[in-house]
Amino acid sequence: MSELISELDAAGMHPPVGPVDATHGILLYLEGVSVSFDGFKAIDNLSLYIGDGELRCIIGPNGAGKTTMMDIITGKTKPDAGRVFFGQTIDLLKLDEPAIARVGIGRKFQRPTVIEPLTVLENLELAMSGAKRLRGLMTTRLSGEERDRIAAVLDRIGLTEHGGRLAGILAHGQKQWLEIGMLLMQEPRLLLVDEPVAGMTPAEMDRTAELLRSLAGSHSVVVVEHDMGFVRSIADRVTVLHQGRVLAEGRLDELQEDPTVIEVYLGAGDAYH
Amino acid sequence: MRLPPWLLSDRAGLVLLAILAIIGVGVPVLNLLAPPDHPLHLTAYTVTLLGKYLCYALLAVAVDLVWGYMGILSLGHAAFFALGGYCFGMYLMRQIGTRGVYGDPVLPDFMVFLNWQELPWYWHGFDLFWFAAVMVLVVPGLLAFVFGWFAFRSRVSGVYLSIITQALTYALMLAFFRNEMGFGGNNGLTDFKDALGFPLQADGARIVLFVLSTLALAGGYLACRWLVSTRLGRVLVAIRDSEDRARFLGYRVEKVKALVFTFSAMLAGVAGALYVPQVGIINPGEFAPLNSIEAVIWVAVGGRGTLVGAVVGAVLINYAKTWLTGALPEVWLFALGGLFVMVTLLLPYGLIGLLRRREATA
Repeated sequence: MSELISELDAAGMHPPVGPVDATHGILLYLEGVSVSFDGFKAIDNLSLYIGDGELRCIIGPNGAGKTTMMDIITGKTKPDAGRVFFGQTIDLLKLDEPAIARVGIGRKFQRPTVIEPLTVLENLELAMSGAKRLRGLMTTRLSGEERDRIAAVLDRIGLTEHGGRLAGILAHGQKQWLEIGMLLMQEPRLLLVDEPVAGMTPAEMDRTAELLRSLAGSHSVVVVEHDMGFVRSIADRVTVLHQGRVLAEGRLDELQEDPTVIEVYLGAGDAYH
Repeated sequence: MRLPPWLLSDRAGLVLLAILAIIGVGVPVLNLLAPPDHPLHLTAYTVTLLGKYLCYALLAVAVDLVWGYMGILSLGHAAFFALGGYCFGMYLMRQIGTRGVYGDPVLPDFMVFLNWQELPWYWHGFDLFWFAAVMVLVVPGLLAFVFGWFAFRSRVSGVYLSIITQALTYALMLAFFRNEMGFGGNNGLTDFKDALGFPLQADGARIVLFVLSTLALAGGYLACRWLVSTRLGRVLVAIRDSEDRARFLGYRVEKVKALVFTFSAMLAGVAGALYVPQVGIINPGEFAPLNSIEAVIWVAVGGRGTLVGAVVGAVLINYAKTWLTGALPEVWLFALGGLFVMVTLLLPYGLIGLLRRREATA
């Protein structure tokens, strides 16, 4: 049986990928990426670079291609053209979703997606990196070191007192933090976070902003968000997507003066008051 | 001896194991030691009937593992049960030897009847008990693995997967009905004489088969309970509730599914192999789609995703079936369908869920 398991592990593995190489200061490269669905160009010759340790916000009207872009980076959708590299060496287009997760890209979904019948602790344990091999899964125990890692993440997401509770009965905001915590258990270099504060109270938004800011530096963080107040509170660099392309990039206050941005996205201008 | 924590916290499971221990000892005692006119005497017929229920219960546990924990609604699990049964039936056929109607030392009666001159290649080895016992695991396991590998890799899931599993068992039924397949066609395999030299009709053999069924159910239950208590068990729940989340956490969902599906099919195969010598026959009817659907109903009635509920549901419904098909045979299918609808509407967590709710409110 164990031979079969190791064989299966080998069968699922892709050519060995080394550690991510961000020596040029860029962690994620998208170059000339295009994808269309039934003739509709969801992403049209998109180029985007995310720096190592950077916190970047992506904004854009509905249908601008934000979620499709995340799908391409995480391997859910394969583009028709273009290149997607993680660091200098890792070609993400050659990897599938689990392989991309394992090289260090974590993704938070728009709707909080935690495993509701499991406890907060079990959700974090589930996400723990290094436990993805079958042999590592055949255990009912946690080692001391694993316990410490889980405790550290619990503390970081502010759920230390809720470790034993079922994830399903957490408040909406707590579920969002738990999911971010699950990403952290994967020890990613890049976090893709889709609308983290939708439906949150102002107090929860403040804590989320603080959490994401504290992650930048040691991680690169890409946040897709609609809430302008929240975007202003976290990001120095903002990318505006429109019709599958980068419309503009820069500081939020500069972009708010940019006439093309105002026209396509900020519209009447009251969206960010 | 101290119980491991994963078992200690499983109260319902400990009750189940205790009951299995009691009947595993008690039923043989009441059959062998109580005199035939004693009110507590259990006839060989009753012992075999109970043994049959236990085999169904093991099939139900196998279904619950993939459906209740991993979210794969298999409507073809009886196929693995039947394949396990055929593998062991082939061994029993070859034990008949010259005692068959035609007295051929090698060929089973139905092959002589078909004018076959020699044993088909796939019947070789089945005269050996160990070989047949290994095949009971390998044949259902291999089919499940190949099927699962392709289906899960193509990301077939939900109702589409259920339909394919139903088609799988239906196709096998049609194939086994054909005489040219070499498995006795319509009549299947029957007229078994003995296993390992012991005559199957003797009370002793029936008792041994009953005890083996008890042990197989207890072992199958423990293996599944352990599996769902490990980290892998939590991965299964993650796959059930949010397959994408599991995938983006770095799990190879299709591999996990294929492996657990294979393990479940092997359990079903063991159940079938113990079932055949107790009922004395295996025929293509065991592949009937309805059998697989019934197994799903046992699990739903008992309580999906609880393992214990699968056992409770299988035993209760089969007891009801034995009684109803005797008393009011035309009512049985309506009763079964009605029960399924009732449970789906009123008891989403089955009988076990009902008990838990009582406990919570008490």
